[in-house]
Amino acid sequence: MIINHPLLGPRDSAEFTYMGDAKLIDRPDWQAPEALAQFIDYGYMRDNPDGAHRELWYHEQGDRSFLVVTRDTTTHEIFAVELARDVARSRGQSR
Amino acid sequence: MHDLIATTALGAAAPCVDHHGPISLTEEPGFALASIAARRGAERATVLAIRRMIGPTAPKAGHWAGERIIAFWTGPDQWMLEAPYDSDEFLFERAIKEAKGKASVTEQTGAWCRFDLRGTGLAAVMERLCPINMATFIAGSATRTSIDHLGCFVLCRSEDHISIHGPRSCAAALHHSLLTAIRAAF
Amino acid sequence: MSQINRLPGGQIDRNQTLNFTFDGKSYQGHAGDTLASALLANGVRLMGRSFKYHRPRGVLTAGSEEPNALVELREGARKEPNTRATTAELFGGLTARSQNKIGSLRFDLMAINDRFSNFLTAGFYYKTFMWPAAFWEKIYEPIIRNAAGLGSISLQDDPDAYDRGFLHCDLLIIGAGPAGLAAALTAGRARAQVILADEDFTLGGRLNSERLAFADQSGADWAAQTVAELASLPNVRIMARTTVLGAFDHGIFSALERVSDHLPQPAPGKPRQVLWRIYSKGSLLCAGATERPIAFENNDRPGIMLAGAMRSYANRWAVTPAQRVAVFTNNDDGHRTAADLHAKGVSIAAVIDVRPDAPQSQDYEVIKGGQVINSRGRLGLKSIEVVLPGGATRQLTCGALGVAGGWNPNVHLTSHHRGRPEWLPQIAAFGPPSQGPKTLRIAGAAKGELSTADALRGGADQAASWLGENGFSAAAVELPDAEDAPVSMTPFWAVKGCNRAWLDQQNDVTVKDVKLAHKENFVSVEHLKRYTTLGMATDQGKTSNMGGLAIMAELTGKAIPEVGTTIFRPPYTPTAIGAFAGRDRGTDFRPIRKTPSHAWAEEQGAVFVEVGLWLRAQWFAKAGETHWRQSVDREVRATRESVGICDVTTLGKIDVQGTDAATFLNKIYCNGFAKLAIGKTRYGLMLREDGIAMDDGTAARLAEDHFVVTTTTANAVSVFRHMEFARQCLWPDLDVQLISTTEAWAQYAVAGPNARRLLQKVVDPEFDLSNEAFPFMACANITVCGGLRARLFRISFSGELAYELAVPTRYADAMIRRLMQAGEEFEAVPYGTEALGVMRIEKGHAAGNELNGTTTALNLGMGRMVSKAKDSIGSTLSERSGLNQTDALKLVGLWPVNPANPVPAGSHLMAKGDPVDAAHSQGYVTSACFSPNLGHSISLAYVKSGDSRMGEILRLVSPLTGFDHEVEVVSAHFIDPKGERLRA
Repeated sequence: MIINHPLLGPRDSAEFTYMGDAKLIDRPDWQAPEALAQFIDYGYMRDNPDGAHRELWYHEQGDRSFLVVTRDTTTHEIFAVELARDVARSRGQSR
Repeated sequence: MHDLIATTALGAAAPCVDHHGPISLTEEPGFALASIAARRGAERATVLAIRRMIGPTAPKAGHWAGERIIAFWTGPDQWMLEAPYDSDEFLFERAIKEAKGKASVTEQTGAWCRFDLRGTGLAAVMERLCPINMATFIAGSATRTSIDHLGCFVLCRSEDHISIHGPRSCAAALHHSLLTAIRAAF
Repeated sequence: MSQINRLPGGQIDRNQTLNFTFDGKSYQGHAGDTLASALLANGVRLMGRSFKYHRPRGVLTAGSEEPNALVELREGARKEPNTRATTAELFGGLTARSQNKIGSLRFDLMAINDRFSNFLTAGFYYKTFMWPAAFWEKIYEPIIRNAAGLGSISLQDDPDAYDRGFLHCDLLIIGAGPAGLAAALTAGRARAQVILADEDFTLGGRLNSERLAFADQSGADWAAQTVAELASLPNVRIMARTTVLGAFDHGIFSALERVSDHLPQPAPGKPRQVLWRIYSKGSLLCAGATERPIAFENNDRPGIMLAGAMRSYANRWAVTPAQRVAVFTNNDDGHRTAADLHAKGVSIAAVIDVRPDAPQSQDYEVIKGGQVINSRGRLGLKSIEVVLPGGATRQLTCGALGVAGGWNPNVHLTSHHRGRPEWLPQIAAFGPPSQGPKTLRIAGAAKGELSTADALRGGADQAASWLGENGFSAAAVELPDAEDAPVSMTPFWAVKGCNRAWLDQQNDVTVKDVKLAHKENFVSVEHLKRYTTLGMATDQGKTSNMGGLAIMAELTGKAIPEVGTTIFRPPYTPTAIGAFAGRDRGTDFRPIRKTPSHAWAEEQGAVFVEVGLWLRAQWFAKAGETHWRQSVDREVRATRESVGICDVTTLGKIDVQGTDAATFLNKIYCNGFAKLAIGKTRYGLMLREDGIAMDDGTAARLAEDHFVVTTTTANAVSVFRHMEFARQCLWPDLDVQLISTTEAWAQYAVAGPNARRLLQKVVDPEFDLSNEAFPFMACANITVCGGLRARLFRISFSGELAYELAVPTRYADAMIRRLMQAGEEFEAVPYGTEALGVMRIEKGHAAGNELNGTTTALNLGMGRMVSKAKDSIGSTLSERSGLNQTDALKLVGLWPVNPANPVPAGSHLMAKGDPVDAAHSQGYVTSACFSPNLGHSISLAYVKSGDSRMGEILRLVSPLTGFDHEVEVVSAHFIDPKGERLRA
């Protein structure tokens, strides 16, 4: 596959390491009342969709950016590639 | 002044040089490296610090720039500085000084080995090594990619000059890969 | 006998005569020949034996679709089985052998199988070898294995190199026939970056095989002239001998270039083959079409071949398979073969055309409405039996028969993204799917455009249209005035009533087998394929699938498109495994990482061990030491008694900087780092988010905003990845920067009671190493040897007074020599990973065996380290009840009740009196060694509630090795439990 890196342009997916569902960005608040249940969901529950899927790809042999790639799991068509850092910020992850 | 004698990445006192066909492959031990990464919110200040060291433009993604000291882009808000070892052994200290606490600097000199390919027809060698599109990888280009499983920085210094920084511990493996590709191409 | 069947003309170089052998007999051919054409020229029709029935076989085709003429090429380690004679380029000295026979090719003892063909039908294995069950392994399987397969392998290492590489282009054109050449010309002149790949060694495709392609010049001449122009364009890369094997995602194709297969052996340094990965913006499939046969009784004899192939042999290679030939056809194409061979002086026995309205000829007999219903000739065709329209039969003497059943587009690559070929009624064949690979266009015969003019136009038009859509301005290319006969096809698949009529000649599948499959209700196309093995041979049924489908359609009363077709998968043609391995074999399988003291260690007699990619010194054998234990015991004792030195560079080092560096480490490690003082080092345990221990190491605080973190050797890469994930995805606003410094610094552990005294000799005097100034867990930037910058950490894995000294890697070799020199007065020893392991087990330090991906901080005895006052990765899920059972495993030490016994890792522990089974296991041994200091074996183990079972005697059992003896549960700290040595 070719992943169109937002900073570096098209790169072979062989340079990347697949890191799973992009939901891993949404790490729960450890002090929430239901934290344990939320972490179990976070750690183990995946949607496994037949179609568009947001997933993390780590450009390990490149610039070491984590990317959020929206990819069709049946056709491998890639709809969007974003820097995971930007996605994380937009989803409220901070510090 | 200490009295320890340095060895090259290939483990010898003198760098290794190979010639085959139109290509020369040279081990280059004479460089200092320092990484520089912008602190949060200090991206602009870091670019300015780099400019003070290398000249008017700090390189953007996929590029290198500079003269005696050069910088190449290694990641978002991260660069590697490179300079001749003899004049700039303490490149990292210079970078720390210029960064003024706005960037994190780490000495990287010992972490990498460097091999330079010179000659005409370098594309024929590179296409056996890595997925870089040599048609667009012109002088000033710099990128990190995988060469025989090794993460390497590849810089196009000029049309007939490419340098490759690889992990120092793998210098022998990388040298073997490069030489094999040259012999297969020519 | 010399080239008795060579004709005039052709595109061979008669000035170059090449000697070769087949089955030990010498022959001559010419440059430009394939092995098949050269053998035919020499009158050799019999080239192999069939897979199952061992029927004599010759060539069916003139290309890569060949199912029959498979031979062993070359000798010795270079011997390659199952090579198609039709694509093997002739070179001087080539040796080839026929295969799949016992005895000689002419008198194959296994031909007896043909007599028992009634038993060897489809599903034979499933039905026959069912009972008695015990016979399977001892009797049936060895016999079947012996009989199976065609060629034999050399069993020697392949001496050739295989390479791989990466290419980029705007437009990849697959196939250099009329469509491909017209497309390449259009795109090349428009200055697009073009790759033109063709599996043949001469470009032109069928243009080289047709006599009357163009009005004013031969097809071959136009092809050569076009290729010459393309070769002059710097933006066009012509790749002959290159098969595009597969279409992958986003315009990526794989292609195999046979660089040296046409040479006796590769030139020095050159690979035999290169597997290219081609990145294309657009691609155009111009792969042409494959002719299909007509099934009739005994249609597999040597001499019976496809009519188009016969024409190729005559026109391109100036060869006829026999001096008298016949043609059996259902379309006009077959007549061309007869005309071309007649023009070269070959006697035409007759053209048998199934159509009553077939065209007439002035030159030879045409039997209109006739059918070939049988053939004769044990080792090669002697005659055919023809049924005339009225029902009478005639015997015709001929040495070869060309069969023309129409053409199937080569749609294979269009199926590689699961697209199913679609029916084209006007040519009665499957064409490309409408849902093929997204960037792949199709032109020419591959699309069903079967006339030469259509192919030229199609190629040029598709290229022009792609160029237009992609910002190139393409001018129309003038195309030669070409043959433009309308192509229509009334399909004729099989002669009525035939049974032993071959469909798949490579897997020996006949019409009868398809009928049987139908009878037993294996009627779906996928079942038909697997039950009969139709199309499952190495040719993927290029010449056979259609016939099988058509017969099944007839039997089920369906139309062929309703029956459907199977899809093709990569690779397009069989490919040597070596080509996929490329350079990744032997010692080049993966890169070797050498420690900075490697050269010195070699001089010291080090025995190396692979640790990940690293080679580390395992022990340093001294003269007189004959067993590794002697070396290891000596190294351990010398270190504990005086001082030892070990290269620990391989441990991962990560520079963590930024104003939030401490906050970040607080989140990465389960224990706290915020309050670590500058100049101090702390042990840290890292958890995975699920609460399982991931890695451990130390973090040294060099400044308020600067830490150096160490990881284990094995996890250096994964910990860095984990930290980048945390930095970028979880806490993107923390001010923290990461970079690996594993290789930037060479790091040596100096351990033992004399460690300080040794180091004082190399560390510059202004740095005070006294216990007060530089206590246990201190760290500092220092200088050594008169001013070389270095880092010193007072950390201990061995349990001794110990330091780790880091210097810039280029001085590593000099530093180890200097340390050893300074250590001479203390009889310092170098020690390897074995001694390192022994000392850490003696000290009770956990390592990879204990952090094995199933254990928690609680198991490790570090439960209280998991801070509840802060958030860290894994802290929440480590509270799960399942990980906090009251009888949780705890790390303990074990020693044998009888000191002579070993305590091997992997053994399980049982309470005395309990049965020995998994349900009663009390735990297991993780690490074990012989302790030279205690004089017996010791081990670390996880034991249920182990911390409260000190002194208990357990049974150590290992049903695999037969161990069963008693061990005592003790503290894991076998040596210096109070830690006085490391604080000395």
